Amino acid sequence: MKDILAELETRRAEARLGGGARRIEAQHKKGKLTARERIELLLDEGSFEEFDMFVRHRCTEFGMQAEQIAGDGVVTGWGTVNGRMVYVFSQDFTVFGGSLSETHAQKICKIMDMAMQNGAPVIGINDSGGARIQEGVASLAGYAEVFQRNIMASGVVPQISLIMGPCAGGAVYSPAMTDFIFMVKDSSYMFVTGPDVVKTVTNEVVTAEELGGAGTHTKKSSVADGAYENDVEALAETRRLIDFLPLSNREKAPVRPFFDDVARIEDSLDTLIPENPNQPYDMKELIVKVADEGDFFEIQKDYAANIITGFIRIEGQTVGVVANQPMVLAGCLDIDSSRKAARFVRFCDAFEIPILTLVDVPGFLPGTGQEYGGVIKHGAKLLFAYGEATVPKVTVITRKAYGGAYDVMASKHLRGDFNYAWPTAEIAVMGAKGAVEILYRSELGDAEKIAARTKDYEDRFANPFVAAEKGFIDEVIQPRSTRRRVARAFASLRSKKLSNPWKKHDNIPL
Amino acid sequence: MFKKILIANRGEIACRVIKTARKMGIKTVAVYSDADRHALHVKMADEAVHIGPPPANQSYIVIDKIMDAIRQTGAEAVHPGYGFLSENRAFAAALEAEGVVFVGPPSPAIEAMGDKITSKKLAQEAGVSTVPGYMGLIADADEAVRISGQIGYPVMIKASAGGGGKGMRIAWNEGEVKEGFESSKNEAAASFGDDRIFIEKFVTQPRHIEIQVLADKHGNCVYLHERECSIQRRNQKVIEEAPSPFLDEATRRAMGEQACALAKAVGYTSAGTVEFIVDGNRNFYFLEMNTRLQVEHPVTELITGVDLVEQMIRVANGEPLPFRQEDLKINGWAMESRLYAEDPYRNFLPSTGRLTRYRPPVEGPTEHGIVRNDTGVFEGGEISMFYDPMIAKLCTWAPTRGQAIEEMRLALDTFEVEGIGHNLPFLSAVMDHPRFVSGAITTAFIAEEYEGGFTGTTLDEETLRRVAAATAAMNRVAEIRRTRISGTLGNHERHVGDDWVVTLQGMEYPVTISADKAGSTVTFADGGVYRVTSDWAPGQPLARLEVEDAPLVLKVGKIPSGFRIRLRGADLKVHVRTSRQAELARLMPEKMPPDTSKFLLCPMPGLIVKINVAEGDEVQEGQALCTVEAMKMENILKAERKGVVKKITCVPGASLRVDDVIMEFE
Repeated sequence: MKDILAELETRRAEARLGGGARRIEAQHKKGKLTARERIELLLDEGSFEEFDMFVRHRCTEFGMQAEQIAGDGVVTGWGTVNGRMVYVFSQDFTVFGGSLSETHAQKICKIMDMAMQNGAPVIGINDSGGARIQEGVASLAGYAEVFQRNIMASGVVPQISLIMGPCAGGAVYSPAMTDFIFMVKDSSYMFVTGPDVVKTVTNEVVTAEELGGAGTHTKKSSVADGAYENDVEALAETRRLIDFLPLSNREKAPVRPFFDDVARIEDSLDTLIPENPNQPYDMKELIVKVADEGDFFEIQKDYAANIITGFIRIEGQTVGVVANQPMVLAGCLDIDSSRKAARFVRFCDAFEIPILTLVDVPGFLPGTGQEYGGVIKHGAKLLFAYGEATVPKVTVITRKAYGGAYDVMASKHLRGDFNYAWPTAEIAVMGAKGAVEILYRSELGDAEKIAARTKDYEDRFANPFVAAEKGFIDEVIQPRSTRRRVARAFASLRSKKLSNPWKKHDNIPL
Repeated sequence: MFKKILIANRGEIACRVIKTARKMGIKTVAVYSDADRHALHVKMADEAVHIGPPPANQSYIVIDKIMDAIRQTGAEAVHPGYGFLSENRAFAAALEAEGVVFVGPPSPAIEAMGDKITSKKLAQEAGVSTVPGYMGLIADADEAVRISGQIGYPVMIKASAGGGGKGMRIAWNEGEVKEGFESSKNEAAASFGDDRIFIEKFVTQPRHIEIQVLADKHGNCVYLHERECSIQRRNQKVIEEAPSPFLDEATRRAMGEQACALAKAVGYTSAGTVEFIVDGNRNFYFLEMNTRLQVEHPVTELITGVDLVEQMIRVANGEPLPFRQEDLKINGWAMESRLYAEDPYRNFLPSTGRLTRYRPPVEGPTEHGIVRNDTGVFEGGEISMFYDPMIAKLCTWAPTRGQAIEEMRLALDTFEVEGIGHNLPFLSAVMDHPRFVSGAITTAFIAEEYEGGFTGTTLDEETLRRVAAATAAMNRVAEIRRTRISGTLGNHERHVGDDWVVTLQGMEYPVTISADKAGSTVTFADGGVYRVTSDWAPGQPLARLEVEDAPLVLKVGKIPSGFRIRLRGADLKVHVRTSRQAELARLMPEKMPPDTSKFLLCPMPGLIVKINVAEGDEVQEGQALCTVEAMKMENILKAERKGVVKKITCVPGASLRVDDVIMEFE
């Protein structure tokens, strides 16, 4: 009997060694942790429950039957993050280069199915050379099985992908369909086709880092939502993100004790808006001063910085923030910022996370680049996302809310629950100069007249009161009391019930 | 007494004057430029008058505009503060012509002392000891070199109308005289509208010690003892104290008597300061007389109990001084730290922007002393590029020098400033510096002790352990809160362990925490035990703790998976991890910051005044590449090494932000 028990331990020890000490060392030399080490850092100490530790592949081609390693290149199971359940899979680069076999895929599918059934997020740690070539179409089938589950899980449980090594070819499409992708600088890359193929086909010479490194995907392609210095940092920040997210679409956003005054007055916000309407200011200051404890988890920080997206807490509960950033491109909406914010708004709506929108938007970015790129349809995504969202929506207009962009940014007309404006708000079809040039075209030659017309327009429209008179603004609030007002607004919306008409699904302008 | 006075100044000094005027029941009028529309001095005053665009030469130093403001408001007297029009004879004369009282000395005294060459002659005549130097005007750089040779190096090149370190250079050789002469001349022209330059012997081992005098219109003149202002950076005073740790009673009296003799010789009234340079043998030489209220006057007020602004106003009103020399005793010790919007980690380059957080320490009596903070800013206010980068003057008083220093340390610990670069860490570092504490200082203290610039202090082992214990306890509080989130798996909650590894400043401390209701006991692997108590809660930017019954104040920020801790002159990344996490973290590669050595980056927000090189030029180490103007100072950026200019990416007149690329090298 003792021998049998001992054998379990022997087998476990063997499985835990993955591809062996030499490969583990090679992994460490690359600055990377092993699949199991990553899980240890992701989950609460001692909370990991593993599935399928002894699974082996069934391939007999190319002499593969001789190479059998328990676990088959992926570690799967569940555990807790600060006591809340999550499912995790972590590809093991030390075993067949983390390549995906049929059984490897089955292990992933198993925990994804359980996650869906039991209502808990899935965190995928990707570190894989790609398909297990020896298995041919069986490997491709495995990918597609995972893809199908990514699709079904979308909007049901949060899915987070950590790219901590290579992720190339078809493999990229699994993370691509998850909610968030985080990469590790210098040791991870993602691309559909690698530098060698690129060179063969297009004659472009490009490094893996340039083609699909963390910098590329966080700054240029927007494929990734954030990048971290190393595995340890990435895993710690993932834990921090999970604390913001509900476990599934059946639950409300989590609440935790907070150490901040709900009615905290921030006098400094009264001077946030500069005297000169063309001078920028940092909208992030408002975000952190409204948030509990100044804690802000930003999503896609380095991409389309003219809009800010991320999570804060108010009264301990998660709130998604979307805010125009006057520091970048005057905070205008364009293709990139619309797509970025639209995706974020839809995530929040899917998971019952209330949305706070902070508005200072001069309009949509003009130009052929934008029009040829389809700003009409991309801008419509954000409009669509806000309009369909049924979660509590609180909006604060700090300064400009011009033209169609006013409508888009969670306006009252898109079922905004609370639409506040600061006294510095200017809600109008456009800025005074542009409006006067259209309205008084015949007077354009007369600088004095135009100046007077501009002044008149400013006096009449460069304020929140025209909109407030019409009830489009629920109230004009003092900047210093923004946190208190926003907190009370969300508090009053805790049992908001709103549903959209039945449909198979909508047809958002993709 | 006057019913209403106008303060022809801005910032902290305007606020300072308003406070005393209010105490005396006098109404106040502030003046402000566009940049100061929402400034503190405008809010504090009973009335405020707008006087023009932000640049001082279009607002605060335009005499006509101040005169208009006086007429508009009916102010009977004007307090000029320091800088701006405070030592402008034409202004004093203009006031006189309108029958408005100038709260300051008579204009002939300003004129006599305003010119460094004339003042030196007058001082000699009054029996005041002076430094050897060339008293005439100097035509060009070649003449400057010749004269410097005669005096003997090192020499000091100074703007005749200068002050506050502007237009002042020390030269150790001919090359430096040439360069210094030109830049002093330019700065002098820009700052004072007067480009006259003179040269004198540069005294070695010097201390800057000055005597505060106060004279009334009835022939009475007293000295309120000395202030030592030796802690200077590029001739800009940073820390001042009163009394001086260096003077003996005899020297103090001799200096005080000479200062009064000079004041009497020029018919001085009001508050004035006679600056001396004192060498290692307590020989003192007259430097100049400042015919105004000095920036650092609060330390004198703290040790004498005299409100200098009040006395200035009373003297201006014709009242006799209410005390005689023998009434003026030195009581205790006072320190002043000037908080500048200058980034010490970037070689003290000016920093501008919004004060997103500004929480000075509480003013008033403390357990062992007094805290005073003279400031002109507020949270949410703007530090603009147009004026002096000084944000506040933090002063402490205590019975002894050592206690005053300790009070200053504690006050600096709780001073929170965010949004701009500032020198708080540097001030704290000086307060902890053994040489400063010993009092063995000279005006070269900063240059000598921080030769390669300020890179932050390295904490000693004991302090590191105290910080480690504190952060371990804080981290535990934060981690426990994280486990109290909704939606946890019942009966399977996360248990926060007792064993942690704290990593900071390259050290790792394994610790065990046992917590009770009152606090935490942190045990180090070698057996050291630290008791930590605190009411800190997660998210609070200032943590006041007691570690082993001694206070520890930390400024706490967030970094990925850890804390940013600022303590005194140190700025640390602190990670608190489980032993397993620490073990894995050790495997992570050290990453080098990106190489920017091939670029000349703009070190401060400013204006490109001049570019001295062209694309393709070969430059030598130390060669001037371009001039950036910021906060009225011309900064010459020099080549760090030999190289060839590949590309110049900006033009003169361009306004650049920090780290914008100016040029690229091959």
